[in-house]
Amino acid sequence: MSEVHRFSQAARAALSDTRLQGALTHLKEGFQVKRAHALAGLADVEGLREAARSIRSHALSHLDELLLQFEAKVQANGGHVHWARDAAEARDIITRILSERGARAVTKGKSMVTEEIELNAHLERHGIAPVETDLGEYIIQLRKERPSHIVAPAFHLHRSQVEQNFRETHGHLDANRPLDSRPALVAEARSVMRTHFEASDAGITGANFLVAETGTAIIVTNEGNGDLTRLLPKAHIVVTGIEKVVPSLADVSILLRLLTRSATGQDITSYVSLMSGPKRERDADGPEAFHVVLVDNGRSALLNGPAREILQCIRCGACLNHCPVYGVIGGHAYGAVYPGPLGAALDPGLDGIAKTYDLPSASSFCGRCDSVCPVKIPLTRIMRYWRNEAYAHGLPSGWFNFGLSWWGVFARKPRLYRLAAKVAAHVLRLAAGRSGRLSSFPMLRGWFAVRDLPKPARKSFQSQWRRTR
Amino acid sequence: MNQPDVNDNEPPRVALFVTCLADMFRPQIGFAAAKLLEQAGCRVEVPLQSCCGQPAYNGGDSMAAAAVARNVIATFEPYQFIVAPSGSCAGMIRMHYARLLQDEETWAKRAAALAAKTHELFSFLVNVRGVTAVTAECRSGVAYHDSCSSLREMGVKDEPRRLLSSVDGLRLCELKEPQTCCGFGGFFSVKYPDVSARMADDKITDAIGTGAEMLVGADLGCLMHLSGRMARCGDKLAVRHAAEVMAGFGSEPAIGEDTT
Repeated sequence: MSEVHRFSQAARAALSDTRLQGALTHLKEGFQVKRAHALAGLADVEGLREAARSIRSHALSHLDELLLQFEAKVQANGGHVHWARDAAEARDIITRILSERGARAVTKGKSMVTEEIELNAHLERHGIAPVETDLGEYIIQLRKERPSHIVAPAFHLHRSQVEQNFRETHGHLDANRPLDSRPALVAEARSVMRTHFEASDAGITGANFLVAETGTAIIVTNEGNGDLTRLLPKAHIVVTGIEKVVPSLADVSILLRLLTRSATGQDITSYVSLMSGPKRERDADGPEAFHVVLVDNGRSALLNGPAREILQCIRCGACLNHCPVYGVIGGHAYGAVYPGPLGAALDPGLDGIAKTYDLPSASSFCGRCDSVCPVKIPLTRIMRYWRNEAYAHGLPSGWFNFGLSWWGVFARKPRLYRLAAKVAAHVLRLAAGRSGRLSSFPMLRGWFAVRDLPKPARKSFQSQWRRTR
Repeated sequence: MNQPDVNDNEPPRVALFVTCLADMFRPQIGFAAAKLLEQAGCRVEVPLQSCCGQPAYNGGDSMAAAAVARNVIATFEPYQFIVAPSGSCAGMIRMHYARLLQDEETWAKRAAALAAKTHELFSFLVNVRGVTAVTAECRSGVAYHDSCSSLREMGVKDEPRRLLSSVDGLRLCELKEPQTCCGFGGFFSVKYPDVSARMADDKITDAIGTGAEMLVGADLGCLMHLSGRMARCGDKLAVRHAAEVMAGFGSEPAIGEDTT
């Protein structure tokens, strides 16, 4: 079965999943309204967006120099930098670091790149037990699911589902304990997490930004789990994409102002953690070993092509939160690590167009994503580029492309087009009979599956105009 | 390259880009647009035309889209203005032709020149011709649906509302979420009918909730999709192009109701 059918089926299932639909109704209040409020407090949002775009674009133009500068700084600070061409290399590097230290228990902060490289399953195969410490990530780890949202991974779930997972997993706790409120769930997760933090041999986090001038990796978090993940264990491994680097801390200060407001509607997150190397002699705490794994995995191939600007992304999720398609089907239906407009623009670059061609077409091109993106990525333009790539590869199907190429032949010749339209109108009018509309027709099944079509006019506008004028 | 001769004393020569959908399904949109343009002091002409090329452009066939674009440019560049009763088709010419033809220097220049004088109908009437009111009557509550291309691509928001408010007896009803897509999206509506229908249903619920008796918009694609969905679900809200109401055609059969 083709990928398009899989997406369509997944989308249809999502539409009839009442729990998911219930969760999705919170998208507006939870994200759109909060973002709008937060941005309303800024003096010059458009100026800031342009500044942010320019910083990210400039960084991409100097990616090689910035990454080398970052590496040198990290090394000077006593840390190690590793370069991974693809997901497999990244996984091998991470397992090697962990095995060399004899690490068995690993705590993890929230990281989409480790989802991308499917790190957890790999670690488990090597006898290493990773525990997600971000509450949302922890929940979906228990459920063996993917995040449905890049900022709120368990957004699709209802509290009662989480309660069930906790009761199944935390069997050592009193079976009669009350767990029917959010605070109760959070408190339980917190206490369970504490034992994992204490037992952890190594912590793995992602990075929101890398700063070339200081060799600093930065994460923004709200739960405090990120700091416990990076500070308590003896080793800290940062896993992130090569595109995350920017020249200076001043750049980060601009990007941060937009990131947190665009993502969760916060002026700033509870924690902004700057990590520049292992514990120094006079530091109160920190890891003995500090590693940064820089993952390419298809990114450098995008750098000089028409999809380049997707690498500007700072992963705020605003495009998901404002996408009308994501808003009715959620993240899982996309069947890819990165859902929504971001995924539709990025996934074909990471996974190849053959596996992902349905994603860029699953957009009504309403342009809302373009208008909310804090770094002004032309998401619809990039999706259109991937549609071109798909078409050039004969995807999605012979019939679609066959129809489209014939349409192209007619549309180039207005007289021929008018003749064809006249014939089509005549046929549709015959099928409609005396009604003002048609409810079925042997062609255009997708249209007639859910809606009627008005009967074409007896005479086209152009022929009526020419007759009367 | 043909460039128009502009004489300030002459009425501006406006080419109507009627759109392929209105040409075939709803000719009165073309006549309404022509009437509004003539009332605004323009001389309206309708050169032989097919489509703006969006199906190919959004379907991934840039070659075909570029061929259609060259055709449209050659046909329409002799005119002083090009006006379309559609944010989507005007947006295609205005925002996308130059990019589509960027590798062909001469064509890219001609595309940019055409883009500069191509307008969405309501924006043209208000911003270029200074129209502040229309002469029509419509004793109904009317909800205006912003098409995404009109609203976001062309930045047209107040213009249609201002003109509709000037219609005698018309009560303008504002949607709760005017910025949200109705789910048409061209091929999207055919490729992903279930998702598209769900988006339509949300829009229809919003429109009915306003208490309006009529839903109007600036893009026939959205309107065919919404009226077709309402017909399928038994919802009764008359759907028309906003230009029809402004031109005084508001009591003619609505979209999908014309049995002639």
